[in-house]
Amino acid sequence: MSERIQAITMPKWGMTMTEGKVAGWLIEEGQAVKPGLEVIEIETTKITNVMETPGSGVLRRRTVAAGETVPVGALLGVVAEPSVPEAEIAAFVSGFKTQTATDGSAASGPTARLVEAGGSRINVLSIGEGPGLPVVLVHGFGGDLDSWLFNQAALAAGRAIHAIDLPSHGASPIADMSGGVPSLAKAVIATLDALGLARVHLVGHSLGGAIGIWLAKSEPGRIASLTLIAPGGIGSEISTAFLEGFAKADKRKEMKEALGLLFADASAVSRDMVENALKYKRLDGASEALTALLATMVKEGRQRSGLREILPALQPPTQIIWGTKDHIIPVEQAKGLPPAIAVHLLEGIGHMPQMEAANEVNRLILEHAERNGG
Amino acid sequence: MPQKSMRKALNEALKLEMRRDPRVIVLGEDVTGGTGTGTDDAWGGAFGVTKGILKEFGRDRIIDTPITESAFVGAAAGAAVTGLRPVVEIMFVDFLGVCFDQIFNQAAKFRYMFGGKAVTPMVLRATYGAGSRSASQHSQALYPLFTHIPGLKVVIPSSPYDAKGLLIQAIRDDDPVIFLENKMLYDVEGEVPDGAYTVPFGEANVVREGKHVTIVAIGRMVGFAMKAAESLAKAGIECTVVDPRTTSPMDEDTILEMAAETGRVVIVDEAYPRCGMAADISSLIAEKAFGALKAPILKVTPPHASVPYAPSLERAFLPSPEKIEAAVRQVMAHKG
Repeated sequence: MSERIQAITMPKWGMTMTEGKVAGWLIEEGQAVKPGLEVIEIETTKITNVMETPGSGVLRRRTVAAGETVPVGALLGVVAEPSVPEAEIAAFVSGFKTQTATDGSAASGPTARLVEAGGSRINVLSIGEGPGLPVVLVHGFGGDLDSWLFNQAALAAGRAIHAIDLPSHGASPIADMSGGVPSLAKAVIATLDALGLARVHLVGHSLGGAIGIWLAKSEPGRIASLTLIAPGGIGSEISTAFLEGFAKADKRKEMKEALGLLFADASAVSRDMVENALKYKRLDGASEALTALLATMVKEGRQRSGLREILPALQPPTQIIWGTKDHIIPVEQAKGLPPAIAVHLLEGIGHMPQMEAANEVNRLILEHAERNGG
Repeated sequence: MPQKSMRKALNEALKLEMRRDPRVIVLGEDVTGGTGTGTDDAWGGAFGVTKGILKEFGRDRIIDTPITESAFVGAAAGAAVTGLRPVVEIMFVDFLGVCFDQIFNQAAKFRYMFGGKAVTPMVLRATYGAGSRSASQHSQALYPLFTHIPGLKVVIPSSPYDAKGLLIQAIRDDDPVIFLENKMLYDVEGEVPDGAYTVPFGEANVVREGKHVTIVAIGRMVGFAMKAAESLAKAGIECTVVDPRTTSPMDEDTILEMAAETGRVVIVDEAYPRCGMAADISSLIAEKAFGALKAPILKVTPPHASVPYAPSLERAFLPSPEKIEAAVRQVMAHKG
């Protein structure tokens, strides 16, 4: 295929995505684009996300109109310099073949697997390979590796990205949660051992952030850099409405309300998100595990963990990303941190920056990795 | 998540609960599937759902019964009030006609008439539904009869995921549960977790959300409704599909909320139309969401007629995705 012409194709966000709907185009045909410019909004069964252009040039064609649903890999639009003749663009569009996997299904792709890690079994989804140091993604309380569906593939150019399900979360079996953050951190290290990863860039969201801080302190040699997204454990305030609401919710409505607090705009919560959370909560022992974990994290509505004091002594280079409209952990906790920690505040974003501002968060993670060991 | 058939999902539910709780027993006609042929557990029951239970749990916990539903359903009700948790397999729900007293007057009444001092944790699993050329006495969808009776819980799963979680819930429930499996769904596959989980009773599943029409569908009809909804979406008509999952208790709140959101309702039910679930749900919406309706409620059901044996007539008898689509187009076309 011509390198002068770049295809914008339907991305595959998460293991189960087979098709996506074009919610809307953000730029017109004929408009100039450059890398990082948001061009198109894609609606999946989980959430709507914005896609950026792959390169520079002019948006020459929009081959799919707003409102249309097409399979993963299908051509959405074409970017090329103005010097590329119209005929060449037309030939590219008519000759375009949707990239499908070897078994002919656009749905297939990397699948998660359970690895034996110390005493636990941990569900891991690995995407990508290359010379760059691997990145490990650790989700938050009650979450799972789907938290990274807009990040994992995007980060995977030139390195392996491993997203894990913490014990008692996602597809990792229910386990004793009374050990809290320190024992979850041990499970993450055991997972790195099982995967043969000596040194990684660690990205932790919320509870995963608290685990990241713990790991950076206890295993500094293994953590090349640390990205903390709205981390837990560095302040006392936290929304018990979410934590307790999520731990208790067993009906669609209650779950939708609890999940709505995660986002600046509660309407981002989709039917699938609610259904997946309920499916997880219905597993024997899941609610008890969450309640036990919660008791280690929160007492009388305040966070118990005092991880803030250990931040000044952290060896791995650390950055913090926080949404200014976080309803779960107030963004004020990003103030007054040691000067060595870079703080990135994302305007109008809630507790899920990796979903709500995926492109920006991906850029920050990669830049931080590049600066700190590649 | 692993893909499993509804048969496999139900089989896992039975085994997990039998391992967890020694009081759980299985009984029914040929549930060991092959006793007397010389090969134990050759086929795992008439529909293969109880495969492997004999080998793992032995004859004390899986009991082949004579062909007398009235006797073994009565025995199960007695076993339940005296401390066991029997799961009874009835080959075809149509056969429960011979033991209405045991179900309607005994099992359903124990808790109430003994002032809450007795519980009857009994599950009656039975196949239902047309489509397999099994003729009039083996093809009915009789869940409205059981839904009518206070004291019974009635469960009709539409997917392998729901089947496993609802059956585990049914076995853990302290009331008699009529658990109806559409025989055309046994080979349908879907994502089912390996471990135990429960799907609560009285919590409808909103299978799909759309802004134009709300389709309420039960059991096998949920798949038909989804097929119709996918086809209609291509024509720009977006449907919500609600699966009540249990008709007793029934999640009135979700049905009313979803009906009110679109104001146009189609109800799909494989049961006979007179005094059926479609009529029941229709009256619920007419009474409690009348102000939100933009068009008359339409019902897609078989006619008031016995299930025919001839394949062409049986097809004509059943609701279909095409009939559902036509009903949706009709409510869309209604001018108020």
